Amino acid sequence: MTERGPETVTASVARAERVRGPWADVWAQFRKHKGAMMALGVLGTLALVCLVGPLVWRIDPNFIESDTVKMFKMRNQGPSFAHPLGTDQLGRDMLARMMFGGRISLAVGTVAMLVAIFIGTAVGVIAGYFRRMDGLLMRLTDLFLALPLLPLLLVMMFLFRDSISGALGPRLGTFLLIVLAIGLTSWMQAARVVRGEVLALKEREFVLAARSIGTPSRRIITRHILPNVLSPVLVAATLGIAAAIITESVLSFLGLGFPPDFPTWGRLLYDGIAEIRTYPERVMWPGIAISLTVLSVNYIGDGLRDALDPRIRGR
Amino acid sequence: MNFRTALLGAAAAFVLAPAAHAERGADGEVKVFYYQAVSTLNAYLSSGTKDVEAGSLVLEPLAGFDQDGQLFPRLAADIPTVENGGVSADLTTITWKLKEGLVWSDGSPVTSADVKFTWEYCTHPEGGCAQGAKYEGVKSVDTPDDLTVVVTFENPKPYPYQPFTGGTAPILQKAQFEACIGAAAASCTEQNSKPIGTGPFIVTDFKVNDVVTLEANPNYRDPAKPAFGKVTLKGGGDALAAASAVMETGEFDYAWNTQINPEQQAQMEAGGKGTFVNAFGTLVERIEINMTNPDPALPEGERSTIKHPHPILTDANVRKALSMAIDRQTLVDVGYGGAGRPTCNLVPAPAFQASDNTECLTQDIEGAKALLEGAGWTDSDGDGIRDKDGKKLALLYQTTVNPVRQDFQALIKGWWNAIGVEVELKATDPSVFFGGDAASPDTFQKFYADVQMFANNFDGTDAEPYMAQYLCDKIPGPDNQWQGENINRFCDPAYEALKATLSTTSGIEARGEIVKKLNDMITKDTNISIPLVDRGRFSAKSNTLDGFVMNSWDTELWNAQDWSRVK
Repeated sequence: MTERGPETVTASVARAERVRGPWADVWAQFRKHKGAMMALGVLGTLALVCLVGPLVWRIDPNFIESDTVKMFKMRNQGPSFAHPLGTDQLGRDMLARMMFGGRISLAVGTVAMLVAIFIGTAVGVIAGYFRRMDGLLMRLTDLFLALPLLPLLLVMMFLFRDSISGALGPRLGTFLLIVLAIGLTSWMQAARVVRGEVLALKEREFVLAARSIGTPSRRIITRHILPNVLSPVLVAATLGIAAAIITESVLSFLGLGFPPDFPTWGRLLYDGIAEIRTYPERVMWPGIAISLTVLSVNYIGDGLRDALDPRIRGR
Repeated sequence: MNFRTALLGAAAAFVLAPAAHAERGADGEVKVFYYQAVSTLNAYLSSGTKDVEAGSLVLEPLAGFDQDGQLFPRLAADIPTVENGGVSADLTTITWKLKEGLVWSDGSPVTSADVKFTWEYCTHPEGGCAQGAKYEGVKSVDTPDDLTVVVTFENPKPYPYQPFTGGTAPILQKAQFEACIGAAAASCTEQNSKPIGTGPFIVTDFKVNDVVTLEANPNYRDPAKPAFGKVTLKGGGDALAAASAVMETGEFDYAWNTQINPEQQAQMEAGGKGTFVNAFGTLVERIEINMTNPDPALPEGERSTIKHPHPILTDANVRKALSMAIDRQTLVDVGYGGAGRPTCNLVPAPAFQASDNTECLTQDIEGAKALLEGAGWTDSDGDGIRDKDGKKLALLYQTTVNPVRQDFQALIKGWWNAIGVEVELKATDPSVFFGGDAASPDTFQKFYADVQMFANNFDGTDAEPYMAQYLCDKIPGPDNQWQGENINRFCDPAYEALKATLSTTSGIEARGEIVKKLNDMITKDTNISIPLVDRGRFSAKSNTLDGFVMNSWDTELWNAQDWSRVK
């Protein structure tokens, strides 16, 4: 830890008389990571299609032809102009279902990640900065790490689903519960990483200097500590998105996720498995979407880590 | 013997081969596929159908059920009835006579002591017998002589054919199992995997959860049977692999329970090596309607109890409209294909007790709309959902996690939406749904939903215990730990009275008439239960296997002694 810290980096940037902030530097570095750039493109496209797509492709994902003769004709179709990804076993349009499912899966992934990162960072910073809290919080983290996650998730869904659904309606209620459940069970890695960083950071000269002029702890944390732990937090965050999407799939698989007429990528995958022999594409579409998202997010995380670490930057 | 005579002899042997058809073991080996592998051959130690069925190749009951659900004698000389004096006039005893000259596969004679021992074996308090229900209400089993068995019941039994009938209640050999009674039952590995029986085959090798090999029983009572000298019963894989092994590759002669979706069925049939066989029993997929209010706003312990009648489903017109809106044939075509048929009955078989209720088979969306309109359910606020007195026609529709059931949910939701009913779907893990845990809110007994869909059936051909499920005192609730089969919370004095009549009526036909009426009261008269699909047993058999008859009332291997190879 004797190399240049971020403070010296900004200094060197100023010396070079280039008019750009630290984020521009990060971006410049990020752009050099080919994989990350490609991943950003892929993820951006996926998100855009899911967000804007349903406005253009106006087929209801749950529409079933009520005329049974027509319905039977529309079942299990391969890709065509009318249905670019084909139709499912009840003649529902797969493209509409994929886009609708993507909205939910991506929203669950992002929000659950935000929850996990918020808790993880808070616990990590407090544990690392205030020695008195360290033992207690880290044992709590250990406790959570030791708990088997899936049963814990199931118990949470089981206990709170009815009350939350009753208060907020089944859809918003389930969304909130799933997001909270995933968030509350996946913050531990972030907390540990952040604590480690904070422990090292708080002995650094600039923190000592801040403390010596009487800066209150709150200020030191927001001004000096948090910006410096940003890089591990962002990396943990990107990885968290992937984990959250997969966890949501698992819950859907067990019947504890969204209602069955609510397509998410996880549920589409599960529904497709029954017919993997006859219609492999029905498993492939959601499978590809989930894999692409997870892979892109991981690459972006990788790129961000490189870009945010001033010791690597410029090499 | 010169070369010429040898050739002639060989040729003669070929010509004469068909004549040797009726000889035991002449047709070689038959290969059977149970994708759920067999773990024991003793039906009393396993509730798994696969174990009961495999065991039925070796062990036999006094009487079995044929493909029409009729009892026929196996070890018994004939079927006792009140008319032939076999069943006492007060309906408390039944007297079985064994066939004369029966021997076990080890050559020793079959006696009434073996039958009595079987009862003692299954009812031993430390035994944990899986088929205890078959011997419920039996006070004693007496053996006046070597061939006579008298079963005495605690109360008059209008249907006295539960004990010692069907593949789930086979007779064990006393000499072999004597040391295995009570707590020792499960530890008798040798006996449970190689039971000595009276059936057409004897076990030669048993690999637990893998393969059972059997050969023809040299002491089987019909000297010409079985035609097959060897049976290989293989386990493992899944329904699809099992179907493929018979229908596409032809490696096996018969595969049990090949429940696959209709598309795959068509694909398999194109293989041309076999055919699917089905038989319809009493398993009916249905929608059950909650007559009590499951509103989450009610205090825990009062939700879905008789304290609060359901605000909308207590209206018989709503229930009828829900049933009318459903196209049952489409459900069959989407979900089951050859393994199902549409039904309006809870008791769809056997014929003597199945009501001729077919009214619901044609979907009538317009009729359902008109019915609701006439009953005062109108869309007064223009949101597409009917309402009346400020109550919306909105339902929570739950079932288990299962691809076919989720398809049914989506289809039925569409039809119900079309008649102006809002539907919210829910699916629960089957182990939780059927788990019966009184602490779980998601069990089918608690019924914290407005309607729910699952399948149920009854054992054997006697519908009385099944119809008894709809009695008032069977309503689940917090005071009985939510244990009770009357999950609709249906309670009707007329039904109670008719059911009481059933309990005192004997004679198959007369009982059948009462069962029909009870069935109609629950289905077409009140629609508290909406039957959808009669689900049959569905297996695959090779085109080269002859004599196979599908049976939904007993084990599917019930007539393995009559199987032969197509020549």
